[in-house]
Amino acid sequence: MANLSPTVPASAQFVLPKRPNPILHFVRAQPMGAVSFIIIIIMMFAGLFPQFVAPYNPLDIDFASILAAPSWDHWFGTDAYGRDIFSRIIYGSRTALVIGFASSALGSSIGAVLGIASAYFGGRIDNWIQRFMDILLAFPIIVLALVVVAALRKTVIYGVDVNLIIAIAIPIVPRVARVVRAAALSVNVMPYIDAARAAGYSDARIIFRHMAPNVTAPFLIMFTAFIAQAILLEASLSFLGLGVTEPIAAWGLMLSGNAADFYREAPWMVIFPGVAISLAVFAFNLFGDSLRDYLDPRFKT
Amino acid sequence: MLMYTLKRLLFTIPTLIGVAVLVFFMLRIVPGDIVEVKLRGDGGNVTQEVVEQERKRLGLDRPLIVQFGDYMWGLARGDLGISMWTERPVIEEIMIRLELSLEVAILATIFATMISIPLGTAAALFRNTWIDYVVRIVTIGGLSIPSFWFGMIIIVSLLTFFNWLPPITFTPIYVDPVANLSQLIWPALAVGYRYCAVTARMIRSSLLEVLAEDYIRTARAKGVYEKLVVSRHALRNALLPAITVMGLEFAFLIGGLVVTEQVFNLNGIGQLFVQSVSRNDFMLIQGMVIMIAAFYVLINLAVDLLYAVFDPRIRYGN
Repeated sequence: MANLSPTVPASAQFVLPKRPNPILHFVRAQPMGAVSFIIIIIMMFAGLFPQFVAPYNPLDIDFASILAAPSWDHWFGTDAYGRDIFSRIIYGSRTALVIGFASSALGSSIGAVLGIASAYFGGRIDNWIQRFMDILLAFPIIVLALVVVAALRKTVIYGVDVNLIIAIAIPIVPRVARVVRAAALSVNVMPYIDAARAAGYSDARIIFRHMAPNVTAPFLIMFTAFIAQAILLEASLSFLGLGVTEPIAAWGLMLSGNAADFYREAPWMVIFPGVAISLAVFAFNLFGDSLRDYLDPRFKT
Repeated sequence: MLMYTLKRLLFTIPTLIGVAVLVFFMLRIVPGDIVEVKLRGDGGNVTQEVVEQERKRLGLDRPLIVQFGDYMWGLARGDLGISMWTERPVIEEIMIRLELSLEVAILATIFATMISIPLGTAAALFRNTWIDYVVRIVTIGGLSIPSFWFGMIIIVSLLTFFNWLPPITFTPIYVDPVANLSQLIWPALAVGYRYCAVTARMIRSSLLEVLAEDYIRTARAKGVYEKLVVSRHALRNALLPAITVMGLEFAFLIGGLVVTEQVFNLNGIGQLFVQSVSRNDFMLIQGMVIMIAAFYVLINLAVDLLYAVFDPRIRYGN
């Protein structure tokens, strides 16, 4: 009769399977995501230390070289005031990133709190929150942002237009709330939540310690995707003259005003800032997509 | 089905009332109104007395709650009020511009449908080949490139390569279709690119899902031509989710138009909205927002109902 008792030779060494380096694993699984992440890192560096990257001061007016074509001196040419377009794009990345991150963080966080609260409390609270979100969802993103802009005007603190950030954050709230609520609903029926309730933990503790960590994946995915949306929205609002205002370097602003007067003479004034917007939005979109595929294969589309 | 439609229509009313209430009070959180912009906007030196008089004339001196009651009473009768800037009825201001914007939206839809179906289908059928990759890059581009910049690039290209600019004045299509189209086809392309990208992505993913189903295997196994499998069996079902996306995107086209109309200097709904925001014309903003929201909610409803028409498995109201 075979010996069925599990015996292990005393000399055997247990080698724990090596946990794959999460970064390396991500790069291997999502090469496109890795590429987009590199673009984001480069943008962040440019935004954090523009003075090391940009060859000129973005505000320096040089009447000797107005509307200069791209050359070794001015890689992307100059605008109607002789300002170096490459330098303005580098400084513009700071504006785009600050507003993109801040408004997406604000909007996604409020959305996540509302979504979790909606799922956790259910019943009447859920109903009220959802009806309110329905109202906000009845607006196209930019229309809602413009209404907030019209309502709040400008409030600049430390050179950042706070109301612009709020205006961009508000349309994000209902969209994140809906997704996070769906995820939180499936967490809410888990036995460990029942256990926590039975143990008599407070609502706040259950929400923050037990539910929030389990909806991090959809939250992070939405947060990244909405950075892209926020950058796009900031560019659109600035283009309309209702966002960032002169003389701050911002991509949308560079396309507005007199850029249109020089379609023929200086097409570079139009081309390069738009490439910058598209590249930034592209990178965050792609990174968000890869993150989604990586973190939660169920969301794959 | 009829009962269901009526029920859904009834449910849209609280949402729209909510929109009206929200917009009305949001616009009035911060003090200051159109009178300031109108009279002092260009640095004009106007005495406080004149400002007060103008305020009185526009009815802005009344208590907020009275103004609100007045506004809601007007809404109940289908009256959106009077623009504070031009002092013409809001509905009239919208109607004279609706034709242009609607035409651009419809052109964009036609363009998006014509391109996105073959694009999405090709990407799904040739999954993970270069065709798929090209389509994916093109569609992600559509999600990333701002439509207003795409519009500017179209103008620059027309100027550089053909030394030609689209006409600036609007000619209705029934007067001169050529002049009309040569003006409006470009903004339609600009906003249609995103539309097309979103739809193509949806078609690709839903077609992939459908192609993995059992009945497709059955169809192939019994020897149906691959062409027929795709067009009759698969595409028919795969297009259902695409209809939702197309409906939602159509309702959201107004968002794209807000900025793109500015680029092409089109006097449409989008430009009117931007103008009303920069002039603080609250009445016009409210009116437009309610119209846009109503439009969006109705499109949503229409999409849900269309679903039942196209998919016999779905029956509402039972």
